[in-house]
Amino acid sequence: MTGGYNFAYLDEQTKRMIRRALLKAVALPGYQVPFGSREMPLPYGWGTGGIQVTASIIGADDTLKVIDQGADDTTNAVSIRRFFAKTAGVATTEQTGAATIIQTRHRIPETKLRDDQIMVFQVPIPEPLRWLEPREAETRRMHAYADYAVMHVRLYEDVARYGRIATAYDYPVVVNGRYLMRPSPIPKFDNPKLDRSPALMLFGAGREKRIYAVPPYTPVKSLDFDDHPFTVESWDRSCALCGADDSFLDEVIVDDRGGRMFVCSDTDHCRGRRDAEQPA
Amino acid sequence: MTALAARDVRAVPNAGSASPLLVVEALTKAFGGQIACRDVTFELWPGEILAVVGESGAGKTTLLKCLSGQLEPDSGRIALTRRDGSVAELYGIAESERRRLMRTDWGIIHQNPRDGLRFGVSVGANVGERLMAVGARHYGEIRRTVSEWLERLEVDPARMDALPATFSGGMQQRVQIARNLVTGPRLVFMDEPTGGLDVSVQARLLDLLRSLAGELGLAGVLVTHDLAVARLLADRLMVMRGGEVVELGLVDQVLDDPQHAYTQLLVSSVLQI
Repeated sequence: MTGGYNFAYLDEQTKRMIRRALLKAVALPGYQVPFGSREMPLPYGWGTGGIQVTASIIGADDTLKVIDQGADDTTNAVSIRRFFAKTAGVATTEQTGAATIIQTRHRIPETKLRDDQIMVFQVPIPEPLRWLEPREAETRRMHAYADYAVMHVRLYEDVARYGRIATAYDYPVVVNGRYLMRPSPIPKFDNPKLDRSPALMLFGAGREKRIYAVPPYTPVKSLDFDDHPFTVESWDRSCALCGADDSFLDEVIVDDRGGRMFVCSDTDHCRGRRDAEQPA
Repeated sequence: MTALAARDVRAVPNAGSASPLLVVEALTKAFGGQIACRDVTFELWPGEILAVVGESGAGKTTLLKCLSGQLEPDSGRIALTRRDGSVAELYGIAESERRRLMRTDWGIIHQNPRDGLRFGVSVGANVGERLMAVGARHYGEIRRTVSEWLERLEVDPARMDALPATFSGGMQQRVQIARNLVTGPRLVFMDEPTGGLDVSVQARLLDLLRSLAGELGLAGVLVTHDLAVARLLADRLMVMRGGEVVELGLVDQVLDDPQHAYTQLLVSSVLQI
């Protein structure tokens, strides 16, 4: 069933190395732990970090769900799900509630997570200060001394230019009152779901060779100003399919005459709501 | 060197009660075999400005870098007095404390505004950065403080959302000074603060700096090759040559009655109009 591969593709020593990095990451919430990222059979940017984390923590009795921009049926999600079905022989699902491990790109499911679930995030650039300070030696010092004024300079600049904090995704957070962290490119809509989440959150950046974590029930605060508090996106309409008015909506263009509709980005959430309305 | 001891008088008469902000003893820094500073010794008292003059390569900038925590000297000691009165070694304290010191109690004004400002963000963000670094989190209040400081430095607060590159050299220098003064430092290091500016702008800026220093009771170390700048801004003058201090005393004393041959040369080579 595993087709000649070791269980979950990676060799056991690599998995141990990644697990050690994960343990350190959990012990230091928000701190970026370096790890020896391996070459994976998919391109950088497609989730090489996330897939290595998943491979290291997955067991034969786990149930895996993979989402990409909230959807279970996109190429990336389908491929990674099939990869683990093939190399680990694990059960896969599209239902958030049925999964024990959820690997994700760009979203956190709308359904409330439980303490027996693990979220694995695919991270393109782990360093929150990177665009503000290009030198790695300097950003490490800034983390060591919690010297994060420059991130507020960015938010200040947003308010000065646009009248509000215009950062909409990858919105910087402070974990456990200490480390500044990039929550990966999730919309800021999902930031409140990180705060004191019952589920363990693991972040893997394959190209940048970094792992970090938010342990269960850890406070995660989105940066803001006292007079410009953090807010999430809102829409003046609800999902065209399920009618949800509290979920993250995608705008979909339906024809070439300007027709468009807004639908839930979380496909499982949307389907679940529709099924509940009209039992088959 | 004999003139040195005789002339080491305090420029600020009431400084007797306080302790010196900086005590520098036998500071030496070499780059390989090249000695940049040798045996530099002086004290800096609250509210006084010490000018360091000398020709190119005299070790002025190296001295300033050592003093401002950017370059560790090979030997000698630099003792500083914190706000609470306790005394510490500049390179003995943790790097985190040194960094905090640099953005609260101390300031550095670079010759080139590009070294001291972030050119990618607005003037307001530049000045506000130090406030945010010490914990200011109220956007409106940050802007209010920033605009007050810009006004004090005669920069139009209406332009606080413009990028530094859209300002003239003199204005950029004012912004850099505002950025340093906004947290109320006690000690400011200045490396040719009016270096690249034309004479009239320079005069106006010097005037402004002098009145601000008096108002705020700022102490400072001012590196310059321009004796006129030293005369205008400083209380005491230190003349360096080849990495050594050749003369140290009150500005007027040194300039009006230079003792060391090099100082005499320096004073006599000032262009007269």
